[in-house]
Amino acid sequence: MKNYGVFDILGPIMIGPSSSHTAGAARLGKIGREIANTSFTGVSFFLHGSFAKTYRGHGTDRALVAGVLGMEPSDERIKDSLNIAKEKGINIEFIETDLGYEHPNTVKIVFHYKNKEDYYLIGSSIGGGNILITNLNGINIEFTGNYPTILIKYTDRKGSISRISSILSNEDINIATMKVSREGKIATMVMEIDSPIEDIIINKIKALDEIIYITGINPIGR
Amino acid sequence: MYNKGNELLKLCNEQNKKISEIVIAKEMAERGLPYEELIDNMKLVLDTMISSSKSALNKEVISVSKLTGGDAKKVEKYKNMGNTICGEIINSAMAMALSTSEVNASMGKIVAAPTAGASGILPSAIIIVSEKYNLSEKEMIYGLFTAGGIGEIIAKNATISGAEGGCQAECGAAAAMAAGAIIEMIGGEPETSLHGASFALLNIMGLVCDPVAGLVEFPCALRNASGVINALVSADLAMAGVKSMVPFDEVVEAMYKVGKAMPESLRETALGGVAATPTGEDIKRRIL
Repeated sequence: MKNYGVFDILGPIMIGPSSSHTAGAARLGKIGREIANTSFTGVSFFLHGSFAKTYRGHGTDRALVAGVLGMEPSDERIKDSLNIAKEKGINIEFIETDLGYEHPNTVKIVFHYKNKEDYYLIGSSIGGGNILITNLNGINIEFTGNYPTILIKYTDRKGSISRISSILSNEDINIATMKVSREGKIATMVMEIDSPIEDIIINKIKALDEIIYITGINPIGR
Repeated sequence: MYNKGNELLKLCNEQNKKISEIVIAKEMAERGLPYEELIDNMKLVLDTMISSSKSALNKEVISVSKLTGGDAKKVEKYKNMGNTICGEIINSAMAMALSTSEVNASMGKIVAAPTAGASGILPSAIIIVSEKYNLSEKEMIYGLFTAGGIGEIIAKNATISGAEGGCQAECGAAAAMAAGAIIEMIGGEPETSLHGASFALLNIMGLVCDPVAGLVEFPCALRNASGVINALVSADLAMAGVKSMVPFDEVVEAMYKVGKAMPESLRETALGGVAATPTGEDIKRRIL
């Protein structure tokens, strides 16, 4: 039995028309922006399943773009996001596709940059504005963005996990969940923590030798 | 603290408290939020609800697909002509429910209550009752906590998703939440709130989710209009002393089982019901 609070029932405060096609889509876009860094010049959205079939009528296109522009799901400018992106000179394209065995409301968001390689993530809108990120640039991963989340890519060495977790415990931060996966020598860690992420923590972990990449994502409004 | 209606009632009776007070105490305990913050959060919900319920009454609000809109304004105008069959309250409630639904379909701001598709029902019920009985903002906020508590129980023990349980899960839950809330707002007992909530679920048990072209527009907005009326009549029945022979928790479970028994074509896939009529199919082809 899932535990609901009263604001899971009376909420989110959102832009219509559909919590999964609009609010969830905006959160997917926004989380992509948080991870991908904001210097992108263009974004391609590969739409799968119900997203591909109904994105215009549900305004999923506008919600996704609003998200990558940094808007919250309750931002009334979502409606005009396609024009806002144009004014900012960001190229946007939508491609209907089949991503394989993915949840019906799934999108692959590819960020394009002037001087570096593309970066992409895959995520699904799983109902009520909730989302699940399942892939970051080819690495399978699972997190919801409902909690402060730290993503770390590092060269796997003995004691890496304990070095990272002791930085957090020294800062008096509790780890709620932790998942680690490894491909070759490169490990990916996803941690959900119980308090908001501050730069000081990210910088301390970044200073460890083995860290290749780290980012912290605070929860996005629902 | 409670997962079922009978557990909620027991707490109300033991502590001699209203449903809203138990729900607030549970939120404070489980989320660690202070009372003031909970009330402030709910005021934000209420303010958004009031705004969405009113903003399509005097101007035409058209959906993003351009398929629907303007009906709230029509009903409001018809009501103001003063010669309606159902009278001012019913027509006003329908107009406000349509207003929120139209704001939703136009990509305006609404509160999912419990979902975006059913977002017109609870706000309209709370507002119409507060206007008739001259209730304060605080009483409306408490009403929303009661609604949230009832919705929580339905979500935990059944479903509030059209894709899982059909329209009965979305508009049924919304009407049950609304009925329970307005009963408390006008002084009904906790037990009466649950009878009203049961009636609202019973009245539309089996209702399918069949949105034309998969869009949250037709017949969704109409079902928000009838949904608020369902809440109002359910509340009046319960306040008159009529009791649900089958208790609330069993009604919720029955709704869930009916939802599970529905074919997928009638659960938000736009493959059955009015979505699959020749006109529905034609609209789908034109839009998508």
